[in-house]
Amino acid sequence: MSLSREQVEKVALLARLELSDAELSAMTTQLQAIVGYVDQLAELDTNGVEPMAHPHDFTNVFRPDRLEPSFARTAMLATAPHADEAFYLVPAVLGQ
Amino acid sequence: MSLTDLTAAELLEMLGSKRATSVEVTQAFTDRIRRLDTGVGAFLRFDAAAALEQAERIDARRRRGEPLGGLAGLPVAVKDLLCSRGELTTCASKMLANFRAPYDSTVVAKLKAADAVLLGRTNLDEFAMGGSTENSAFQPTRNPWDLERAPGGSSGGAAACVAAQMAPLSIGSDTGGSIRQPAALCGVTGLKPTYGRVSRQGLVAFASSLDQIGPLAWTAEDTALLLSAIAGHDPRDATSVDVPVPDYRAALGTSLKGVTLGIAREHFAEGLDGEVERAVREAIRQFQSLGARVKEVSLPHGKYGIAAYYVVASSEASSNLARYDGVHYGHRADEQRIRAELAAKRKELVAAGHTAEAEQLESPLVMLYRRSRAEGFGPEVKRRVMLGTYALSAGYYDAYYVKALKARRLLRRDYDQAFAEVDLIVGPTTATAAFKLGEKTDDPLAMYLVDLYTVSANLAGIAAMSIPCGFTRTGLPIGLQLQAPPFAEDRLLAAAHQFQEYTDWHTQRPKL
Repeated sequence: MSLSREQVEKVALLARLELSDAELSAMTTQLQAIVGYVDQLAELDTNGVEPMAHPHDFTNVFRPDRLEPSFARTAMLATAPHADEAFYLVPAVLGQ
Repeated sequence: MSLTDLTAAELLEMLGSKRATSVEVTQAFTDRIRRLDTGVGAFLRFDAAAALEQAERIDARRRRGEPLGGLAGLPVAVKDLLCSRGELTTCASKMLANFRAPYDSTVVAKLKAADAVLLGRTNLDEFAMGGSTENSAFQPTRNPWDLERAPGGSSGGAAACVAAQMAPLSIGSDTGGSIRQPAALCGVTGLKPTYGRVSRQGLVAFASSLDQIGPLAWTAEDTALLLSAIAGHDPRDATSVDVPVPDYRAALGTSLKGVTLGIAREHFAEGLDGEVERAVREAIRQFQSLGARVKEVSLPHGKYGIAAYYVVASSEASSNLARYDGVHYGHRADEQRIRAELAAKRKELVAAGHTAEAEQLESPLVMLYRRSRAEGFGPEVKRRVMLGTYALSAGYYDAYYVKALKARRLLRRDYDQAFAEVDLIVGPTTATAAFKLGEKTDDPLAMYLVDLYTVSANLAGIAAMSIPCGFTRTGLPIGLQLQAPPFAEDRLLAAAHQFQEYTDWHTQRPKL
């Protein structure tokens, strides 16, 4: 499957990346080469093969349902570039 | 003979018998870092004073006769991808240039509990994405055997600091070969444990179903020592497995007699450098002379490994790296400027009568996400995020992501079948010795192919390691890869140790 510049532009929006015109051109060429290489997977007969998302077979690993101390909110918010004492701060989304 | 010429096991013995103090050992390594690392660039940060302070505390406890951990007084370097409380953890990314981790990763906590001296943080490809460490946002790392060449990656700093004798032990991580490939190119020993053997808690995630933390050192014995300190179940990592941790050092004496080595014909196909092939075949003969049997096996789906890997790893990366949005961590673009730009654009559109388009302009929040990520991520991270987003997007999910997961299953079956007949699989770690800095940076696909022999172990989730097995005519190290079934690290380490008892490749040091 060949990848068009328009598709790459759309993927950049989905990926939440701002790409300059030059980056978009380079990215299109590079992704075309990589996707072209990856396309060899299509020749594999995978009929009846179960997808393997993970090396282990186990699912639903639970810990005992016990209350344990968690991290302090302030310690976690300290990693944010912009926060007040309780919340992450973002630009206004409504009523601009 | 300087302290920095000794192996970790030898240093531990000297410390234990009080023929050296941790301060002396730590001083020897920090002096060497100061002298040599401007040329090598293995460390992103190191703090000699803090390391010596830790060493002093351990020495004092030893003098008082207090019980000490398994690595007491030994300096260890840590890849800058593992959280260490209160310290910078940058992942070699501008995105996290100022990120201070709020907690210790389990592996860092275990190193502290083992009374290791944390020397400093080693360089890597940004977010561990790359095979040369050239994708670091901060500095290149040079191969100690030839400073014009790359150390491999992504744990390039981790491998180079051992090779340059700036640390006796080093922690790396391996998602597609990121411990084994740099170990091979820098002439040291490195092990990627079975998926689930070492806790990933606090390891900044790249591809969660593939990432594993592991040790690098000169010898199999030192590798065993470090693995023993970091392995084990962790309730805080649901993918870590509750299987007992054997005494890896005690297992090293196991003889090679009766061990069957699998040789995969696919490992010796086109693309393998002649000098590398000769060294690997010679190593296999050495194993045979030590009593191992050899049997040919086939890993027919290995050739799809790179394709499957880049789809799976990039898909998981695109999801994992969604957290870097300018809100929760790290770099945030200039909000004022974004607002001003959007207002100007809106004004322009309205003035031209395009009111509908003015309504459809992106919100400042989406712009903030997009620009923060654009400014914070380097080109390779952007490529992987793009590739992964594409592979997971509507219409392509089945053709790429699900297809790659099926290829992954076939790859795992290849291994299951091979390991029903053999104990270990032996082959080259990389197709060539170290390449020049800049040689592959313009061709992302060529860089991806350096992982040809290593990605399959990650996809399958098995254990694998690389040990030195020779040199090219120009003096560059060559690595031998050993692969084992899940949780057979003891078998890997024993075979590597037996090999190292009779060879001296692992005792060669670069001239710096």
